[in-house]
Amino acid sequence: MTMPVTKPATKSTSRPAARKTAARKSSSGQRAPFQVPQGLLPTPLHPRLEALSRTKAWMGWAGYISPSVLDTVEFEYFAIRNQTTLFDISPMHKYRLRGPDAEAVLNRMVTRDMRKIKPGRVGYAIWCDEEGMAIDDGTLFRFGKNDFRLCCQERMMGWVQDAAWGFNVTVEDESQTVAGLSLQGPTSFSLLSDAGLGKVAKLRPFDLAQVEPSLWVSRTGFTGDLGYELWVDWDQVLGLWDRLWAASTHWGLRAIGYEALNLARIEAGFIAAGVDFQPVHTTMRLGRGRTPLELGFGKMVDFGKGHFNGRRALLRQQETGAMRTHLIKIELGGFKPADGALLYHQKKKEVGHVTSGIWSPTVKRNVALAELKAPFGVGVTDDLWAEIYVHEEGQWSKRLVEVTVQDRPFFSNPRARATPPLAY
Amino acid sequence: MSRCDTFDAIIAGAGHNGLTTACYLARAGLRVLVVEKNDWIGGAAVSRSLYDGWTYSNCSYVCSLLRREIVRDLDLPRFGLQVIPYEAGATFTEDGDYFAYYSDHDALVREIGRHNPNDVDAYERFSQTVIRQCRFIRPFLLRNAPDPTSLKPRDIEELLYLVGKANDLGSRELGETLRFWTISIGDFLDEHFDNDLMKAHLAGSGIIGTGLGVYSPGTAYVLLHHYMGDVDGAIGAWGFARGGMGSITKAMGASLEEAGGQIVIGSGVDQFIVSEGRVKGVALENGDTYYAPIVASNMDVKRTFLKHVERSTLPGDFVTAVERFKTRGSSGKINIALDAVPDFPAAPEGASFMRGDMHCSTSLGELERAYDDWKDGRWSADPYFDMLIPSQIDPTLAPPGKHMMTVFVQYAPYDLDNGAGERNGENWTEAQRKAFADCVFDKIEQGAPDFRKHVLHAEVRSPYELENEVGLTEGNIFQGELTFDQLLFNRPVPGYAQYSTPIGGLYLVGSSAHPGGGVMGAPGANAAREILRSLGKAHAMPVYAE
Repeated sequence: MTMPVTKPATKSTSRPAARKTAARKSSSGQRAPFQVPQGLLPTPLHPRLEALSRTKAWMGWAGYISPSVLDTVEFEYFAIRNQTTLFDISPMHKYRLRGPDAEAVLNRMVTRDMRKIKPGRVGYAIWCDEEGMAIDDGTLFRFGKNDFRLCCQERMMGWVQDAAWGFNVTVEDESQTVAGLSLQGPTSFSLLSDAGLGKVAKLRPFDLAQVEPSLWVSRTGFTGDLGYELWVDWDQVLGLWDRLWAASTHWGLRAIGYEALNLARIEAGFIAAGVDFQPVHTTMRLGRGRTPLELGFGKMVDFGKGHFNGRRALLRQQETGAMRTHLIKIELGGFKPADGALLYHQKKKEVGHVTSGIWSPTVKRNVALAELKAPFGVGVTDDLWAEIYVHEEGQWSKRLVEVTVQDRPFFSNPRARATPPLAY
Repeated sequence: MSRCDTFDAIIAGAGHNGLTTACYLARAGLRVLVVEKNDWIGGAAVSRSLYDGWTYSNCSYVCSLLRREIVRDLDLPRFGLQVIPYEAGATFTEDGDYFAYYSDHDALVREIGRHNPNDVDAYERFSQTVIRQCRFIRPFLLRNAPDPTSLKPRDIEELLYLVGKANDLGSRELGETLRFWTISIGDFLDEHFDNDLMKAHLAGSGIIGTGLGVYSPGTAYVLLHHYMGDVDGAIGAWGFARGGMGSITKAMGASLEEAGGQIVIGSGVDQFIVSEGRVKGVALENGDTYYAPIVASNMDVKRTFLKHVERSTLPGDFVTAVERFKTRGSSGKINIALDAVPDFPAAPEGASFMRGDMHCSTSLGELERAYDDWKDGRWSADPYFDMLIPSQIDPTLAPPGKHMMTVFVQYAPYDLDNGAGERNGENWTEAQRKAFADCVFDKIEQGAPDFRKHVLHAEVRSPYELENEVGLTEGNIFQGELTFDQLLFNRPVPGYAQYSTPIGGLYLVGSSAHPGGGVMGAPGANAAREILRSLGKAHAMPVYAE
């Protein structure tokens, strides 16, 4: 699962290459004035994205320039659901764990049982602090018995190293050495076939395979549709991009930005760190962290596997049922997207807010993820209302619309699961 | 042995409106049967494979008007419906240029300016007026047309809603509205623009499907009818149904079956069974008989009452009004399997308008002359067409690298003149259809000179085929002309605007009823509400507001 989130530039990672040059001295022996690169940096794909960008709408993602929109959100979105799309996921944080204890380290770190994720598989995971508060979520790729990669939204090197202390494992930050491309949409398999990568036909959802000497492909993504993520060395990703593009003649490939992806991920019911919950290490205010149980991921917490970070706190919450909030999927009346809307019970008592709200272009419904104060949203699901503010040509109006709690993804299509995949 | 069964409601015709009505009724708990004369469902929203590997949208071909409330209520996306918008359009000229109608506003402004700088600001005013009119009319689509002569509380309420909305416009805008609803699209465009090519491009929406020319009063409204749809709130946007237009009715059929409704294909209605002024059921052509206290006809008003209801059971003035209802067919359709996208030398590589609607008519005068041919019983020697290659966007329609093209042609008469002054639908012989297609292909070559050599197969449909296959009287795609005399409380005939008919329990649910044609579903949904109201189940359906 991959997700860019706009961050203040001060949070960007400085590159190791830049640090090395800091020691350089001038011929007189005086230290030459030096500063690290300022602002956002291009990824290796930037020349291609720059050429495709009509809107020049860029955003920051982990210190890199990432497209928010390249052409139009609408047509980029529909390419995800109808043809196929490419999104540069290179800025994601990536950590490699290798060694006999790699599984044990990760199993202590994340809430689910890593022993169940076999080599050649990918698993979604959440990890917590000792209070049971989610630090981040991400995907774990298992290359072999003793070889994992963690992909996530937040910088996590320090936390992973802390977890690995005393274990027989090495941790490597691959954030700037491994690049990724996300190829998503119903014709993504056909395109890969035409690019000579037809081997991926056997991949089931969440499978991972090395299809060429330096190319790994996983059947993963953030759209809820058929799709793949392709992983190569940082300096090879441009060549991979061109290769896919050359094979796209019949498959309607479009490069996309974050905004289109965001519509698809909300339709699929996926949560985004920093949007639908606050990674606890990034919060200043007490009590802003959330537990996996409050985020609706009870099934991802395995109390039977032995110790893991946050287990005691989570077990207590599980046993007492003392949830503070519930993150849930809701459908709203009307047509106006509800992002940020406040939620009410019986139209009076304020009980929560929408964290991600869109009009879904595919299911033609007004859908959202929302955080409600417990027991609302799970124990109490009726008589819920949303107050949506609408700005139209200089005039604000307020709409009170009915809220219906949903328990399934808004978008779900059998083609996302078919193996071998369909042609379109 | 003929079958015989009893239902709560029977719908005659499995077009998109009939299925919409059926779905709403089934979801309200009624035992519903849909009977369909063809061996497939869909009416004019149908996808068929007539050439191996290709899927055609045989009749209707683009989608915009389908109400999102209906898509949501019937849960159509869950049954496979996906509507994909397209980006742009263009008109190609004989001298190798084009006018592109981009959805990218900045590009559009530059393109209009390239042809005539004076038209740029005029276009802003034009689109503001059109969208304002769309905003005014859209809320009425999913409401009943009030009968102004009625004193029933509901009619008064609807009338007050209309008056309230009109009042919001103010007197100047209301005046504009009345002008807009009655003026010709030619006059309206002449008032705004200088450039002929651009006017010709925009005028198409004012004549598509009508027996009217660009200078016939009322065609500005027809343009509005084509603009008032939306794709996700983008008013005026059009899209393709993934898998062809049949995927709309296929999803409706699946939604109906999940709700417990039944569909029987392969035999049409012979007679609506009427006794003591009330409908009792339907007798099919194959001898089967089904009974129900509610029967809804998806057929147009003429076919329903002039062909399938015993005339003696109907009031004389009603029959006269139905006979007078205009359903003149004016359009042909050619569906083509292509071995490649033909080269349009004027179009830059990758131009977005190649994936949208393309035309070759370059002036209003040319369009008016095309209409003159139709009046005389001939197809237009220099036709207008709306041509798209949807397989560039929808990968499901043709094998990889091959393409499907849909060409909607205006004008083609239903009652073709045989050259000896005798006008009859039967004059549409195989040879005539081929000559008609040749005439269209010649014109397509104005934009794509090597077009013909890419044609693998073509399905040529005149209004006569449309009548015979789909059942639309005279092949009129709207089940009745969209002119002001046949709209709102006058649609289909005065006094029967609210889906009911002189026969108790017999309802009209197709596009002959308010608000008219297009793959909109609104008549079907509104009729379902009327039917449920008559059963005291009005609460089973929401009342929609924009």
